[in-house]
Amino acid sequence: MEIKNLSTRMLSKIAKSDEHGENSPYFDGWKAYDSDPFDPIRNPNGVIQMGLAENQLCFDLVQEWIERNPEASICSHEGLHAFKNIALFQDYHGLPHFRNAVARFMAKMRGGRVSFDPDRIVMGGGATGANEMLMFCLADPGDAFLIPSPYYPAFDRDLRWRTGVKLIPINCQSSNNFKITKEALEESYQNAKVKVKGLILSNPSNPLGTILDKETFKTLIEFINDKKIHLVCDEIYAATVFGGANYTSVSEIIQEMECDRNLIHIVYSLSKDMGFPGFRVGIIYSYNDNVVNCARKMSSFGLVSSQTQHFLASMLSDDDFMDKYLLESSRRLASRHSKFTNGLDKVGISCLASNAGLFCWMDLRHLLKEETFEGELGLWRVVINDVKLNVSPGSSFHCQEPGWFRVCFANMDDETMEIALRRIRKFVGTNEQENARVKMAKPWRKNLRLSFSSITYDHETRVSSPVIMSSPRSPLVRAHT
Amino acid sequence: MELVLRNQEQVLSKIATSDGHGENSAYFDGWKAYDSDPYNPVNNPDGVIQMGLSENQLSFDLVQEWVLSHPEASLCTPEGAREFKDIAIFQDYHGLQEFRNAVARFMERVRGNRAVFDPDRIVMSGGATGAQETLTFCLADPGDAILVPTPYYPGNDRDLTWRTRVCLFPVICDSSNGFKITREGVESAYYKAQDSNLRVKGLLINNPSNPLGTVLDRETLTECLRFTQDKNIHLICDEIYSATVFRQPGFVSIAEIMQENLSRCDPNLVHIVYSLSKDLGFPGFRVGILYSYNDAVVTTARKMSSFGLVSTQTQRLIASMLSDESFVEMFLQESTRRLGTRHRMMSKALAQVGIGSLRGNAGLYGWMDLRRLLKAPTFEAEMELWHVIIDDVKINVSPGASFHCSEPGWFRVCFANMDEETMVVALYRICKFVVHNKESPENVDRRKPCQRRSKLEISVSFRRLKDELLMTPRSAMVQVKE
Repeated sequence: MEIKNLSTRMLSKIAKSDEHGENSPYFDGWKAYDSDPFDPIRNPNGVIQMGLAENQLCFDLVQEWIERNPEASICSHEGLHAFKNIALFQDYHGLPHFRNAVARFMAKMRGGRVSFDPDRIVMGGGATGANEMLMFCLADPGDAFLIPSPYYPAFDRDLRWRTGVKLIPINCQSSNNFKITKEALEESYQNAKVKVKGLILSNPSNPLGTILDKETFKTLIEFINDKKIHLVCDEIYAATVFGGANYTSVSEIIQEMECDRNLIHIVYSLSKDMGFPGFRVGIIYSYNDNVVNCARKMSSFGLVSSQTQHFLASMLSDDDFMDKYLLESSRRLASRHSKFTNGLDKVGISCLASNAGLFCWMDLRHLLKEETFEGELGLWRVVINDVKLNVSPGSSFHCQEPGWFRVCFANMDDETMEIALRRIRKFVGTNEQENARVKMAKPWRKNLRLSFSSITYDHETRVSSPVIMSSPRSPLVRAHT
Repeated sequence: MELVLRNQEQVLSKIATSDGHGENSAYFDGWKAYDSDPYNPVNNPDGVIQMGLSENQLSFDLVQEWVLSHPEASLCTPEGAREFKDIAIFQDYHGLQEFRNAVARFMERVRGNRAVFDPDRIVMSGGATGAQETLTFCLADPGDAILVPTPYYPGNDRDLTWRTRVCLFPVICDSSNGFKITREGVESAYYKAQDSNLRVKGLLINNPSNPLGTVLDRETLTECLRFTQDKNIHLICDEIYSATVFRQPGFVSIAEIMQENLSRCDPNLVHIVYSLSKDLGFPGFRVGILYSYNDAVVTTARKMSSFGLVSTQTQRLIASMLSDESFVEMFLQESTRRLGTRHRMMSKALAQVGIGSLRGNAGLYGWMDLRRLLKAPTFEAEMELWHVIIDDVKINVSPGASFHCSEPGWFRVCFANMDEETMVVALYRICKFVVHNKESPENVDRRKPCQRRSKLEISVSFRRLKDELLMTPRSAMVQVKE
């Protein structure tokens, strides 16, 4: 405590606040995993990481491409001639061939139904940096953005921490499959005590895994035009749509209806569709010229490494490869999703019907001892400690109803997924027996000891030992696909 | 539905509609002139030569040789591809351990092993640009001030103030003492800031200095440390040019001063900004580093680094390269030797036509004294001279005003971002301009009779200068010690 006081006393308000959000339970599960990670050989009883939305299913395809295309690297014999120019290139416009390739790829995954202007492509430090940058461009400290809940927990950090912007949730209910309604939009807007500058949402949705239907989309466009507020569409899961579902991007909607395009902005990234979160490829695509210019100047704070730009420019502009990749990736995601949801279904666990994303929105309401968020957290700690799975509780996504959990399925191989399903089956079976016995014996009491607290990372001790890992780390589980 | 294009000022944020990005400064006009008419020895021999960009292009052959003989260092070669997945997936904001270890070790080598760096204090950022901003977010609130000695790198205005809403308050340094930072100067600025109701949170020093090309001596560094400790404010040391010191006096890092004074000072107030953009010549790779002796800053900055992490593909390459100790040793020696040679070439040529520069021993530029060429000792005259240099001499140099220099007539001229042939052409143009400018009717009468030379004498000495420039050997003379 003493050390913390000494080292924090001279810092800014931003530094001393908790707005980085890492004290949320969303990260506690990762910490549990970090201290006891599953490994099929070395630690078969460890925690299986199902809280990380990563796409590990198609690396074999990428690796094959790399071996066939050595000139894509500035470090290969074939590509070395470009090393100097690329290493020197720090122009925040980005490499033209990179922007062209990204624009092409974005159009391709939308079935060629829209085209993207490479001159509107602006880089950001991952979607994390891109989202923050947009907030800096569109809102002043104290202003607010509306956001449908449940939403990605790190938005609290990305959109608010250093920008001072507030988030106002739009309440979405399971009764209509968490769809955004006009009434909910109006209610959030009218009740806002501060100036609302825009609305942000992810489509496909994290954590729901659903895509916006056209009707809801039209309602949204009408709403933001009416209120003259911005619409930011985080489309980073756009190429994770599977099962032949019809994905509509905001870029298509605005072709079909009247809209002030100066209010429309897209955030994209290669972290989910391609599985390259380490490469930090964040993209802002704005239809507003001033936003493009301003964001581009800001992008100096988080440009994509020119080495990475150069490599990706090659890969993304290989049309044949990208066509095959998109098809195969979608097929593998569909297969994994189906295996997983069927497995859950067999033990009476349903998920919200979804056709995108790297996760399912699992309904565990029937397993709650009580229909409260305490009940949800209690169940979650049992899932981590006893079932040994890291899943993410709905409350960390600001879900308004307890009992929903996000569970990721694309960041592991088939064998590990089987083990996860087996553990869930066992837990559900045991839980049912236990419930039956307890109901007969005595009134329910809170007997779920919070054993998790024994391995909870104390924030204060972490501060004095910066070496303790507390950030998202990918499980190094080999994916056999 | 009525669709009205709203006034942009209401639709966008104040930050977006402000000038805080700094790109309306004259600093960028020169680049624009270059962009529209860039020099090329074959295609555009009369174009503008870029001497306003502080880049290190002198040692790429060494790097390329290393890269070619270490294919496993790259993820995208057949030798390295098997690591591709693990590296592409890795987004932990601590960074690859091997990367942090290699960077820490490199920073030690650059300081001749006189300082020790803990890899767990290495935090990544989006270039030094991102590091400066992140540090400012951690240390100061909107409206607070950070002292910065003038002249200083123009990008500081954007990096430290634009989105953070912190302000920079100048510590005026001038040529009377070689632009040295003095305790009195810093104190005076500190109290002036306070008188303006500004809360001073720190002092930013740049060592080696951009644009001066000088290093801070031990005494000055110690004074800066003492002052900030006394006033309980932060000391931020931007050491991104640390491996560009090509001549004595050698480089002294704040890390060394810290180690010597550990028992007497509060380490929570000391922070270093670093990058590989200048020392290695990799600005495109966006390798920014924040090193703090304050645990909470390390932790917080690390959380913030999510906004600008280094691509793991690049982390991997850099980790490999910088942990090759024999390569690093060879590179540091050879790179500084080449910088020294190039610097000598430039200063010698300029001296021959009577242009002095601040005596520099580091950096990728010289701080040129063109006060005698000004029509008047004003910034208007400096701007006028600058436009002549761009439009007539066809060289982009950077006017002192863009570095917030308090005296008109100083210009930063970069020498490491071109090959030798281009350097010769550039120097020739400058010298020719100076000579003709000296001999112009307005100037002739001002000089004493003994200073006047016949036209024949001038053209002969000029031709000799050109010949000398063309004959300057590639490999040069002085062994540079670290």
